[in-house]
Amino acid sequence: MNARFVPYLLIAPSLAFLAVLFFVPLVQTIALAFQADGASSAANFVRMARDLNFTDAVVNTFEIVVIVVPLQLLLALAMAMMLQHVRGGRDIVLWIWSIPLGISDLAAGLVWLAILTDKGYLNTVLLRLGVLSGPQSWLSYETPATLFAAIVVAELWRATAIVLVILVAGVQLIPKEYGEAADVFGATPWQRFTRVTLPLLRPSIQTALILRTVLAFEMFAIVLSIGGRNFPVLVSEAFNWQYNQQDFGVAAAYAMIVMGVSLAATMIYLWVLRTPAAQR
Amino acid sequence: MRKISAWLVVAALLSAIAAAARAADLVFLSTQLRPIEEAQKMRNLILKDFPRKVDYVTEQPAQLPVRIKAEQQGGAHTIEVVGALHGELAPLVPLNALAPLDEFAGKLKDRGIPEQLMTLGKAVWPAGIVRQIYIPWMQASYIMVANKEALPYLPAGANIDALSYDQLAAWASAVQEKTGKRLLGFPAGPQGLMHRFFEGFLYPSYTGGVVVPFRSEAAEVMWTQFASLWKSVNPNSTSYNFMQEPLLSGDVWIAFDHIARVLDALRQKPDEFVAFPAPAGPKGRGYMPVLAGLAVVKGAPDPNGAIALIDYLARPETQIATARSVGFFPVVKADLPPDLDPGIKLGAGAIEKTQSAKDALTALLPIGLGQRGGEFDKVFMDTFQLVVLRGQKPRAVLDRQAETLRRLMTETGAPCWLPDPPSTGPCQVQ
Repeated sequence: MNARFVPYLLIAPSLAFLAVLFFVPLVQTIALAFQADGASSAANFVRMARDLNFTDAVVNTFEIVVIVVPLQLLLALAMAMMLQHVRGGRDIVLWIWSIPLGISDLAAGLVWLAILTDKGYLNTVLLRLGVLSGPQSWLSYETPATLFAAIVVAELWRATAIVLVILVAGVQLIPKEYGEAADVFGATPWQRFTRVTLPLLRPSIQTALILRTVLAFEMFAIVLSIGGRNFPVLVSEAFNWQYNQQDFGVAAAYAMIVMGVSLAATMIYLWVLRTPAAQR
Repeated sequence: MRKISAWLVVAALLSAIAAAARAADLVFLSTQLRPIEEAQKMRNLILKDFPRKVDYVTEQPAQLPVRIKAEQQGGAHTIEVVGALHGELAPLVPLNALAPLDEFAGKLKDRGIPEQLMTLGKAVWPAGIVRQIYIPWMQASYIMVANKEALPYLPAGANIDALSYDQLAAWASAVQEKTGKRLLGFPAGPQGLMHRFFEGFLYPSYTGGVVVPFRSEAAEVMWTQFASLWKSVNPNSTSYNFMQEPLLSGDVWIAFDHIARVLDALRQKPDEFVAFPAPAGPKGRGYMPVLAGLAVVKGAPDPNGAIALIDYLARPETQIATARSVGFFPVVKADLPPDLDPGIKLGAGAIEKTQSAKDALTALLPIGLGQRGGEFDKVFMDTFQLVVLRGQKPRAVLDRQAETLRRLMTETGAPCWLPDPPSTGPCQVQ
């Protein structure tokens, strides 16, 4: 009788920890978002939606996620496949590719700011090559396209390793026999990739996409350091409402939006990328 | 047994020593000098010669009343001295959180603190009784700085120490025509103080007020003219938080900012820059003096230590050290030594010219908004974003933003402050 409860008893401390430090603040945030002046109301959401930066924040956040996440998936797949063929120095290559993960995203943003600012490295190089005749602004509100491109490139540089690490682990789990069998049956490398590797990688891709998408919706420090006021996103607006305007209700409302969107994306991935029963 | 009891004694001794050490620390809570470089200068340079150890703790301005209230309600007082701006200390008075300093103020008579500053430090509390609630600590203001290379482009007949906004616009567009670059800069970044420019300089100069004439015709004219001035402004201004960086790198030749945020540029290259007062508009030369004061918390564990710390900070030597390191200027009569940094002399000169200008119009920082000061600033920054950055028509924007401002003033109940005429109830937007 006793032995049946032992696993639950062992999990209990970590569950209690999560409950206190995660669920209680979560419930408090939901309460903050749906309360105004002590009564439940949607006033915070109304205020949030009427703000001049709200539409921009939503559109910008979705633009970033829709463009960055698929690009990172493709890049990481290519990198993982290439890594399979590297014999010596494989660990070093993997380590170098993971270096951007080790620095904070604010530091990553500042690195790219130093490259792209008016007197930064990019302009210096272009000036030397004769492409430019004077400093060119890439990050101002007058150049929204290059600002967006800069943020996409910085995010690709910084966070592709998250997807890569998960995919590399997934690729290593695929038994070699399947690939060899495909070769025996005369499959081209491309067919081998699409018919054998990709389907077997589906669970890893699902995990990587969920993780990366949720993190992409929360992207903040890179955008703030490169774009400043010029590129509002959901979390930077939540930050502004919290610290500059001291309005916790609206900040909590933004947090609810981010949570809702992340949950929806997770549900979509879980459904679309579910492993069919036959393959389990 | 003896080993255990020996360890227990050692542990008890250590914790007693630690407790005593903690008890001897004076806690100095400040909303000023928050950036890490300034806070470190406070700890390592300014407080160095004080005989006791001082714990210098910084706090966000909006959190100050929260913290003081929390300590009052909790009953465990840890803070001895509070250093904050006038508008941040005033709301603490009705909370009965500050100890009266009249006796101590009497002892400071020989320091030469100007009477109008000492009067700002007084408050009526409780009803009818005037008490000294803070001692003026340091003052600063906002100035303009120009690279000497921009001086040849000044319009004919313009005196740089007495510019008007029209002359500033003409100057900036002359620079743009002749050099092809937009070299006027404003601190409109996420941490920049652009909202103070609107609240303390632009609005008073054009409309003679801040809240009351918010949507007046004069305000409409002002925004239209500022939007056209913005055509000569460096577009990276929306990323500038501290103007000293673009000034030093040459990205900007003419800048407006808080003196503490341009001081590095003035000190590193004093021969390259000139500092001068902000321009004047039709109603005068609006400027915002920034006065910080030191107060003692009621119920502080060591009030005598607190008084000693304030006395130390109000000494001429300390005030000059403060001016040297963080660019906030003395309130006491302190002859700035001749070997003082030329950069600081430039800054002090600009502040002095601003305060003594014939058409100077004082605009105080918002008072009585408590934690909602950020919303007040947002009204001005939103108007700026909509009219200047997005090109919308000022009249519609002003009317919409005036609604938000009206609601804010009614909900906080804050009475009008200079330069608006005094009001009996909450300050009303006309």
